[in-house]
Amino acid sequence: MFNRTAIAPLEYTRKLWMRSWVGLTMLFLYAPLVVLMIFSFNDSKRNVMWKGFTLKYYEKALNNDSLVEAMVNSLTIAFLATIISLVIGALAAVMLWRFRFPFKGLVEGTMSLPIIVPEICLGVAFLIFFAKLDWPTDLAWPLNLSAITIAHITFCFPFVAMVVRARLASFNREEEEAAKDLGATEWQAFRDVLLPHIKPSLVAGALLAFTLSLDDFVITFFTSGPDTITFPVKVYSMVRFSVTPEVNAASTILIILTVALTFIALKYQGVKGIAETH
Amino acid sequence: MSGALQDWKSQKKPFAAVATAPVFWLGLFFIAPMTIVWLYSFGQNAGPADINISGTLDNYKRATEWLYLSIFLKSFAVAALTTLICLIIGFPVAMAITFAAPKWRPWLLLGIMLPFWTNLLIRTYALMALMGTNGYMNKGLGGLWEGASWLRTLVGMQPLEAWTPVQLLYNNFAVVLGLVYVHLPFMVLPLYSALDRLDKSLIEASLDLGAGHFKTFMKIVVPLAAPGIFAGVMITLVPALGAYLTPDLMGGTDSQMIANVIERQFKRANDWPFGAALSFLLIYAMFILIALQSMRANKVKEAR
Repeated sequence: MFNRTAIAPLEYTRKLWMRSWVGLTMLFLYAPLVVLMIFSFNDSKRNVMWKGFTLKYYEKALNNDSLVEAMVNSLTIAFLATIISLVIGALAAVMLWRFRFPFKGLVEGTMSLPIIVPEICLGVAFLIFFAKLDWPTDLAWPLNLSAITIAHITFCFPFVAMVVRARLASFNREEEEAAKDLGATEWQAFRDVLLPHIKPSLVAGALLAFTLSLDDFVITFFTSGPDTITFPVKVYSMVRFSVTPEVNAASTILIILTVALTFIALKYQGVKGIAETH
Repeated sequence: MSGALQDWKSQKKPFAAVATAPVFWLGLFFIAPMTIVWLYSFGQNAGPADINISGTLDNYKRATEWLYLSIFLKSFAVAALTTLICLIIGFPVAMAITFAAPKWRPWLLLGIMLPFWTNLLIRTYALMALMGTNGYMNKGLGGLWEGASWLRTLVGMQPLEAWTPVQLLYNNFAVVLGLVYVHLPFMVLPLYSALDRLDKSLIEASLDLGAGHFKTFMKIVVPLAAPGIFAGVMITLVPALGAYLTPDLMGGTDSQMIANVIERQFKRANDWPFGAALSFLLIYAMFILIALQSMRANKVKEAR
C-alpha cells in the first residue's frame, strides 16, 4: 500500500489527489445507499438517530399486502418481459446480421429509437395507445399486467438485440456452413452452432432486460391501470405521501437482489464483459 | 464480420422466421403508438374523451409561448450543467480506472456500475433521505459551521450564530445534484472505454519531451479521448434533458423540467393534444442533438 517504489509518471492512480478524488466519488455514489440500508434496521420511526437494531420494518414490509403485491407484480413483469425480449431481440440481431433486405437502414434505425426516445414520450405514447384500443384493465392476474409488459418489451428488446449483435460479429460463419454441408437443416444449424455461440450474450441481454424492466418507473406510471401497481410505482406513492421505514426495508431487499444479479452476471461474463454491454 | 450478407430473396423462409416477430412488434407496439401521438399533436380537444385531429398547428404555436419556451431552455440548461459536472467529476475517475493496477481495475469498474444497476427510484429516495433537513448532509454542514465558529473565537472574533438546518431539497440545486448522482456512471463508462484504447506511449513520449502533466493532459489525452468525451456527453445529456423523476421528487415549484410539464398535460391538465405536441418537440430536440453528434463523428472519420 505505502509507496515502496517511486511513483512512475503514468501511475496516476497512485497519486494522492487522484485517490482522494476516486474515494470521494465512491462515497458520493454509495453513502446514500449504505445509509438507507443501515437505517432499515433502525428501531426508530424517524430516520436520524440510531436507536437500536430491529427487523420489525422487514416484518412490516413483508406483511404489507399491497407492497408485496407490487413486488410480485414487478418481478412477474420483469420475468415475462425478459423472456419475450430475449426471443425478439435475438431474432432481430440475427436478421440484421445475416440478411440484406430492402429498407434495412430504416428498420435498423427504427429499432434503436426506443432506446433514444425519452421515457416520458414513450410512456405518453403507450398511455394514448392503450386508451385508444380500450385495453381492458380489469383482467385477472397476470393478464392485468399485459399492457405494462408489452411496454417493457418494446424498450427492452432493442438492448438485447444490441448485445447479441455485438456477439454475432465474432461468429465464424464457416462453422454454420460446415454444419449444413454435413447435413444439418437450417434449424439444426441455428440450434447447435449459432445458439451456443451467442449464449453468453443471451445471459447478458437477459440480465440487462430484467434490470431495465425492474427499474422502470416512468413508462409503468403511464401504462398501469388504476388497480395494477408495480414496486417503483408503489415506492413513488409512499415517498410522495409519507416516508416510512418500510420503504427502506423493501428497498434494501431490492438492492440486495440487484447486487446478487450483478454477481451472477459477473460469473458468466466477467467485469469487462458487463462494462462492454453498456 | 465473416462472410457476406445473404440476400433475403434467396433465403425467404429463414428470413421470414427471424424477421416476422421483431418487425411486427416494432410496427404494432412502437410505430403505431408514436404515430398516434404525432397525429394527436395536430388535434384539439372536442369533448371530455374525444380528440378531433383537425391538422391545427395551435398546439405548436402554444408551445412557443414564453412560459413553455423558458421551461425548454431551463431544462436544457439544467441538463447541460449536469453533464458538465459529470464530466468534471468523471474524467479523473475514468483516468484513475485506466491507470489503476490490473487487479484493481475490474473492481473500480464494478464500483461505478453497481449503482447504475440499482433502481433509480431507490437511489433518488436514498439521496433525498440524506439531504432532508434532519439528514446527514445538513448535520455535516452544521459541523463545518460550528468548526468555523470555533475558529473565529480562536482569533478573538464573535462566534457565529447557532446553526439552523438549511433546506437542501426542493430547489434547483437539489435537481442538479440528483441528476448528477443518477447520471455519473453513464459518463464514466464511455470515458473509460475511450481512455483504455488510448496508446499510453504517447503520454510517455509527451512527458519525456518535457511537457508537464497538465500540458500533456490538455494536448494529448483530451484530444485523443474526444470520441469518448462526446459519447459520454450525449449519453448523459439526452436522458438528463428528458428527466422526469428527479425534478418531480427533488425539485421545488420552480424547478419543473419539460418532462414534468408533459406529464401534467396528461394527468392533471388533461390537454392531450398539447402534451403530444410537447412530447414531439422534445423528441425533435433529441434528434437534433444526435444528428450533431453523428455529423461530428463523420467529420472526424473523413479527417483521418
